[in-house]
Amino acid sequence: MSTTERPTTPPEPMTPEIVSREGNSMVLSMGPQHPSTHGVLQIMLEIEGETVVKAEPEIGYLHTGIEKSAENLFWTQAQTVIERMDYLAPESNALCYALATERLLGIEGKIPERAQTIRVLFSELTRMASHCVWLGTHGIDIGAITVFFYCFDLRENLLDLQEAAGGARMHPNYMRIGGVNGDLPQGFLDRFDALLEKFPGRMRDLRGLLQANPIFQDRTIDVGTLTPEEAVRWNVTGPALRASGIAYDVRRAFPYCGFETYEFDVPTRTEGDAYARFLVRLDEMEESYKILKQVRKRLDTPGAVMIDDPKIAAPPKETIALSMEALIHHFKIVSEGFRVPPGDAYASVESPRGELGYYIVSDGGNRPYRIRTRPPSLYNLQVLKHIAPGNLIADLVVMIGSLDPVFGEVDR
Amino acid sequence: MEVGPGHFLLAKLDDVARWAQSSSVWPLTMGLACCAIEMMTVTAPEYDIARLGSEVFRSSPRQADLMIVSGRVAQKMAPVVKRLHDQMADPKWVISMGACASSGGVFDNYAVVQGVDTIVPVDVYVPGCPPTPDGLLYAVNLIQQQIREGGRGGVLARG
Ligand code: SF4
Repeated sequence: MSTTERPTTPPEPMTPEIVSREGNSMVLSMGPQHPSTHGVLQIMLEIEGETVVKAEPEIGYLHTGIEKSAENLFWTQAQTVIERMDYLAPESNALCYALATERLLGIEGKIPERAQTIRVLFSELTRMASHCVWLGTHGIDIGAITVFFYCFDLRENLLDLQEAAGGARMHPNYMRIGGVNGDLPQGFLDRFDALLEKFPGRMRDLRGLLQANPIFQDRTIDVGTLTPEEAVRWNVTGPALRASGIAYDVRRAFPYCGFETYEFDVPTRTEGDAYARFLVRLDEMEESYKILKQVRKRLDTPGAVMIDDPKIAAPPKETIALSMEALIHHFKIVSEGFRVPPGDAYASVESPRGELGYYIVSDGGNRPYRIRTRPPSLYNLQVLKHIAPGNLIADLVVMIGSLDPVFGEVDR
Repeated sequence: MEVGPGHFLLAKLDDVARWAQSSSVWPLTMGLACCAIEMMTVTAPEYDIARLGSEVFRSSPRQADLMIVSGRVAQKMAPVVKRLHDQMADPKWVISMGACASSGGVFDNYAVVQGVDTIVPVDVYVPGCPPTPDGLLYAVNLIQQQIREGGRGGVLARG
């Protein structure tokens, strides 16, 4: 990687010549800086009046080279950059990558019980936080600004918990290969209880603001309808798929971290429109709440949070000052990482946006040989091209919002 | 500014203009990556950037005074950022939010511009990955201070 070359003059702006212009139509470039494209999406629109004739999403404005960067980092370090892919749900990314690596290491069954519980805890917290951002911004797109404030207020509480455990609000790098990074701090459970108490009321507020709101319904019902066949054909997953009537949830279909032992429903709707996706996501937050309540009970049992395998886990910090061996061991793990046997593995989790997967390849070294992501947003976003034509531009905004793409993940 | 006898106020026009300008710094709606989420958070109740008069995020660069480069700038996005900055009316200010915008951050690779100050002049850098919303609020404070002291914006550039 060359770091010395710094572009002094930026290259000429690109104007994609991908939309052909015929008859009365007009070409409009929406984005990449647009308040309701949820990031840096550019859509080349061919419009006739207000009606979209053709829509060509143009992605790549946030291409960060994360997969490539990860190849130059140790297995544990790679998690740092991987968390920055889907920045609304960093914990899901980290968890999925950790699961794939653990599969390759052959330590899948050896992760301590408490670590699994904490992983479930944070993957559900991150789902709620992500849905909060989605709902807030979706509301703003439609003109319902109040809901944004409620959502971000709730999200603040969720992030506080994340900060308490992992040390950072957004990218805590708390999930580690082999477990989680340290036990929950003192006082965490009290704050967690407070959140569980507050949540149902907040959920009622959110529903009260939008669910029966006639303007919101007008804007979302029968907009961006996806039939189940189309959804499957375009490889849509997550809430968008479930809103079309297919109850596919990775947590159910291929359970991980002991999700099979939790009781929760997979909410589905049959309408497949933006309103159905809205309802499914809200229901999902409530299901997450159910899971969190079960998690809370299990958290009372103490236990180890990191795998007991000196090849992978560094010794606890306290022992370093007391034992020379521990010091050397710690130094080795930190400065050299650990090696992963050659081979490849795939693992997937249910991220807030759908099936998130990591396919990783190792050549036996202490760095990944190749990491390939299956980002749900990318697959969900591609249906836009298919459902947009024939609708108004204003509806296009609703469609983008209801598909909930995150561009860090689409472009990587 | 001073209050005279009777009810009138003495001030230099310059000071009044700067006072008004510094209390209504309107940012451009431009979210790039993870930092953009924290940029949105400053408008939310807990942080409430409206206290500084900067809650009016404008979608058009023509109406904005402040560009918050919130996140990593990919090579493909760089020309767009530059063009948006060009389109903003003078005087204009730029905050480089986060490690990525300031220096490339953890992404020392082919895809990310290694510091947005290579393409637009930056006035305040905010460290962090992502910076906390408090950090961003402080940066806006610094911008206001610069305005009150007569700064014109666009002072720090790296070639
Ligand atoms: S500085 Fe960190 S949080 Fe901000 S865009 Fe870069 S990776 Fe994301």
